[in-house]
Amino acid sequence: MKIGLFIPCYIDAFYPDAGIATLELLEKLGQDVEYPLDQTCCGQPMGNSGCNSDAAAAEALFVRNFARYDKIVMPSGSCTHHVRDNFDAIPQTDEVRHVRENTYELVEFLHDILKVDAFPWAEFNHTVGLHNSCGTLRALRTASMSELGEKPFSKPMDLLSKVKGIRFATPKRPDECCGFGGTFSVTEEAVSAKMGVDKVRDHHQAGAEYIVSADSSCIMHQQGCAERAGVPIRFIHIAQILNGASQ
Amino acid sequence: MSDKPVNHARAAEHFIEDTPHLQFHDERLWDMRQKRDAQMHILPEWQELREEASRIKEHTLSRLPEYLEQFETNARKNGIHVHWARDGAEHNRIVGEILKAHNARNLIKSKSMVTEECDMRPYLAKQGVTVTETDLGERIQQLDDQLPSHIVVPAVHKLTADVAKIFAKDYHTDPEIRDPHLLAEAQRQAARPVILHADAGMTGGNFVVAETGTFVVCTNEGNADLSATVPNLHIATIGIERLVPRMADMGVFIRLLSRSALGSPITQYTTHFRGPQKGGEMHVVLVDNGRSARLGMEDFWTSLKCIRCGACMNTCPVYRRSGGLSYGAVYSGPIGAIIDPTFNERKYSTLPYASTLNGSCTNVCPVKINIHEQLYKWRRVLVQHHEMPFVKREIMHMAGKLMGQPRMYRAAIKATEVSLSTMPRFVLYNWLNPWGKHRENPHPVKQTFNDWYRKNRETAAKPAAAPETKK
Repeated sequence: MKIGLFIPCYIDAFYPDAGIATLELLEKLGQDVEYPLDQTCCGQPMGNSGCNSDAAAAEALFVRNFARYDKIVMPSGSCTHHVRDNFDAIPQTDEVRHVRENTYELVEFLHDILKVDAFPWAEFNHTVGLHNSCGTLRALRTASMSELGEKPFSKPMDLLSKVKGIRFATPKRPDECCGFGGTFSVTEEAVSAKMGVDKVRDHHQAGAEYIVSADSSCIMHQQGCAERAGVPIRFIHIAQILNGASQ
Repeated sequence: MSDKPVNHARAAEHFIEDTPHLQFHDERLWDMRQKRDAQMHILPEWQELREEASRIKEHTLSRLPEYLEQFETNARKNGIHVHWARDGAEHNRIVGEILKAHNARNLIKSKSMVTEECDMRPYLAKQGVTVTETDLGERIQQLDDQLPSHIVVPAVHKLTADVAKIFAKDYHTDPEIRDPHLLAEAQRQAARPVILHADAGMTGGNFVVAETGTFVVCTNEGNADLSATVPNLHIATIGIERLVPRMADMGVFIRLLSRSALGSPITQYTTHFRGPQKGGEMHVVLVDNGRSARLGMEDFWTSLKCIRCGACMNTCPVYRRSGGLSYGAVYSGPIGAIIDPTFNERKYSTLPYASTLNGSCTNVCPVKINIHEQLYKWRRVLVQHHEMPFVKREIMHMAGKLMGQPRMYRAAIKATEVSLSTMPRFVLYNWLNPWGKHRENPHPVKQTFNDWYRKNRETAAKPAAAPETKK
């Protein structure tokens, strides 16, 4: 199985450590991973804004970069959601369909495809609050959703609980959106920031030292809100913990 | 009326600045959402009920004309006068004529969103008819000259002190009252004489049953029953989509409605109206007002399944923090954001953007409307119809081009890093940069992932994909 690694723009530009951890983790798990150098974006920002035709160039490039891989893995739920569910600015050829059907968010790839049952190198002696982005939670369904009254399950939690020393804190509103929402964070800045502050305070009050997430875009937004509001909490991508980061 | 786009973001910002109101609003509605969850957990068949409700509504909508005619025939047999209104103006004219024929000058009215849609009160005022809202929240909004901010709890954005102030002005009560019971009592004392002397009563209708020619009104205050039965003339204004085929279907909807709305098992009053009372008259006005047109919209027709429970509003983190009035429309929240543009695309073009597309609304919807997917689809439609600010449109256009050209994209990323690390704070955090208004920017990094990979995995780095096409 040849894996194509997609590193979304937020991670590439602002959280390269999360990208490095993703690559190293997949390598530790014995995977054959390549990162096509000419990648940019999956097209989500344009698609999300309604400017779908403007996503065509990014989507076409994405397919040129990744069609040759068996699986495409990315440390981002919302980008996976775009590729899987909304990637239709370009004609749906066999190549496009192959890419869409074989794109995985990191957690679901580890959990569902590789079925990893141990991270012997990982130890994280901190209390963490898990933030499921809405993309991973409600679109990819990597965890149960409170609105549906499902039997509780959580793929990211399954993976994290295999890490030595880790403790969990549960916020009062565990699956409320943090308010990032792509361009929403800028066009509706006031609501977005208020949602972000509420979210980080909720985690902090529950006793979390870290907020861990599979989505760097949510982290970037929450971190910005926490720093401005003076909420003492740190942020880390799930790939970093699973790859053995200690802090 | 102006069709200038509603500035939801600015109105929301204004609401957020008022901490006491914001906090109350958020917590009150979240509490309703939690009570709804508790009710859901009591019923193991909850998801089946939702599925069944959705199925019944889709079936009914797919044969709407047939069922409407069945209702009309049966209602007439029951002695109900049935009227058809194509739009708001026609609805108002019909109601005005009925009132005139009875020389009715005082109309008491129970909650009905359709009459808000039709802008009926100002019309009737000009005809010399006094309209008094009998629902407590709706009356507060009427006295304050505001639209309802929520489908179910119209004055939920107001604190007790706000209500005390409004009642003091109109009912001459003490403006310092902080006991909600005293305020409710003030409304009762003011409303009862009006109700007793009314010439006509108006209600909405939550459900219309085709098979029986009857309709059902659900309230918690009993005001609809008073409005409908104290005067001899009862007019019910109902949207044509509120239909269900059989009486047997009611069990599904009655179980879902109040549980989804307030988290209570059932509304306090669930009244089936079967015909006029002895010596009285009953009129039903069936209102289209754009509904048939919406039924023809491939991506959006299922919004007509809505039973107006407000669950999507209660769960919506954006609605809870921006308040219903910020939507500038009769219908607010997620459901408003997908049906308002069907009334006026330009005016409500910003509303589908008043969402993070998180999808919670879709999950709570008792009739399984795919609300967040429709929000996404509306954005596409609005951009195609040019209902998007030019600057934003251009930014997306440029971004789209950039993302298709890796070398230019790489250069742009470099520029971002340089600017973030070197630009002085005051430039980054000025009004041109909404991100920085209430948030710190992400920290600059020494190298991007792409740079790191080139440096550390050079040998593994694969050649570029097919060369870029020169434009």
